[in-house]
Amino acid sequence: MSSPLALDVADLSKKYGDRMALSHANFEVPMGSICGFVGPNGSGKTTTIRMLLGLIKPTTGGGHVLGESITEPEKYLPRVGAMIEGPAFYPALTGLQNLTVLAKLGGFDVDSIQKLLEIVGLADRGDSKYKTYSLGMKQRLGIAASLLPNPKLLVLDEPTNGLDPAGIQEIRNLLRKLADAGTTVFVSSHLLSEIEMISDHLVMLRLGKVIFSGKTSELLAKQLPVIVAKPSNKDDLDKLVKIAKDNGHDAKIVDQNVHVIGAADYSAQFNKSAFDAGIILESLTPIRPSLEDTFFEMTGD
Amino acid sequence: MWNVFRAELTKLRRPSLSLSTIAAVTFVVGLVTSLLFLLVDSPEGNGERGVRIGREVLSLPDGLSIGFSNSAGLLGIVALCIFAAQTAQEYTYGTLRNLLVRQPSRMKILIGKLVAMKLFAIAMVTLAAILSIALSYLFAGVKDVSTVAWSTSDAQTAVLRTFINVLIATIGYGIFGMILGLLFRSPISAISIGVIWNLIIEGLLSAFITNIDKYFPGQLLSIVAQGGNDRISYQYSLLTSYGFLVAAFIIVAVLFKKRDVAN
Repeated sequence: MSSPLALDVADLSKKYGDRMALSHANFEVPMGSICGFVGPNGSGKTTTIRMLLGLIKPTTGGGHVLGESITEPEKYLPRVGAMIEGPAFYPALTGLQNLTVLAKLGGFDVDSIQKLLEIVGLADRGDSKYKTYSLGMKQRLGIAASLLPNPKLLVLDEPTNGLDPAGIQEIRNLLRKLADAGTTVFVSSHLLSEIEMISDHLVMLRLGKVIFSGKTSELLAKQLPVIVAKPSNKDDLDKLVKIAKDNGHDAKIVDQNVHVIGAADYSAQFNKSAFDAGIILESLTPIRPSLEDTFFEMTGD
Repeated sequence: MWNVFRAELTKLRRPSLSLSTIAAVTFVVGLVTSLLFLLVDSPEGNGERGVRIGREVLSLPDGLSIGFSNSAGLLGIVALCIFAAQTAQEYTYGTLRNLLVRQPSRMKILIGKLVAMKLFAIAMVTLAAILSIALSYLFAGVKDVSTVAWSTSDAQTAVLRTFINVLIATIGYGIFGMILGLLFRSPISAISIGVIWNLIIEGLLSAFITNIDKYFPGQLLSIVAQGGNDRISYQYSLLTSYGFLVAAFIIVAVLFKKRDVAN
């Protein structure tokens, strides 16, 4: 039996005038997972998030959030925390007052605010006005606001924007902790290395179309590693390329190295073939493609 | 809706808004009431549009509330600015998306905000009434205006009646501001259009075209605050001005409900 879904969309589209912001999107996000939502600028990520949160209406198609139709956001939004397109608060109010406004609005426990400020590292700045916050602090307040409902689903749009490396690590740990406690995290980010580290599912968009939806590990497993070989004599570069091609592998010279596309277990065979041809290799390293490499390959950007 | 009301009150209670509103109300009421008494002997007049209000009129039971009712137009402009800014800034700050995620019913957001701002208007008009009455007593002493009739029950009734009328007018101006805020989604645009419309367009056209003020909501709300005048009745002013406002509010409410929130 398949696991229950936190999100599923079917044939979801949004058209602004003649421009298709999202075109017939289909994807699913299992409950309790951390799902990365990636794509170049203008690929339709924020449009999708806005439709999931009931802020804009789909042109066609539909979907479900926590089992409820996206046409009835009032049924699921009390269980959803969200930060869309960065934090947005009232500059003249303090961090604490801003969270109080949202807690009262949603009917949540106002007493939990101090704890949330502690979780995001803003306990000592809760009484400062929002307009005095740095970008990183604003981001933290946005994350605290998204945690107000003790959400079953957390939707975060670029949550690590403006954070320093320590802050990014804190947020990464927080998201992992939330997922371990059963919260589904749907996170968009342009920091693909971050997404690769934390997400177990991935939805990839390009030009308003879903080009991948599934487990991150499955996507990365499909990508063949690159074997980087460095001969001790640079005159052997062309010979190495020929050896790889004769064995049915694509190869090219990059910066005094030969890059061979092939499974990691080809490394040993390649090494032996080079040795038999009298070529001494200084180094031979199989490199697994990162999500970033995969992303660029798939999006063609 | 109760949750929206409570959340909105938290925003309205911020010191910067409260203090600037107190300052604006004090300035408006102080200016209108002091000029009413201090220019009592001026041949250019001491009331709206150069009308002369003499000592004998100020000494009547109604005299205590004339300064207050004359302040209504400017109090209305203050309310228009506050209601417009409170509504439109949700778009410019991007906070509307937060509100709608926490309260998806857009009508509840709108009504809750309106009720909270009405409460703010009540506080504002109450402060204006207290200030105007205090200043009236102060300047009556300075300009030898008799205050004997001001302590009668007729005077108390007049103050209460004026309070209700000024409140109705002020809330009307505020609703006009909220409508503009929802339409233009920018505090600066909404406030400038509202102020230009009320003070310049309506004012100028009414000065040059006879009886056109019968069709202008801002002019009619001023007449409501005065309890009607010899040309336009209180009932007509109230029903027509609020008729305009209710119709316009329904239209922008439908737009607000239907429109995508894309910023």
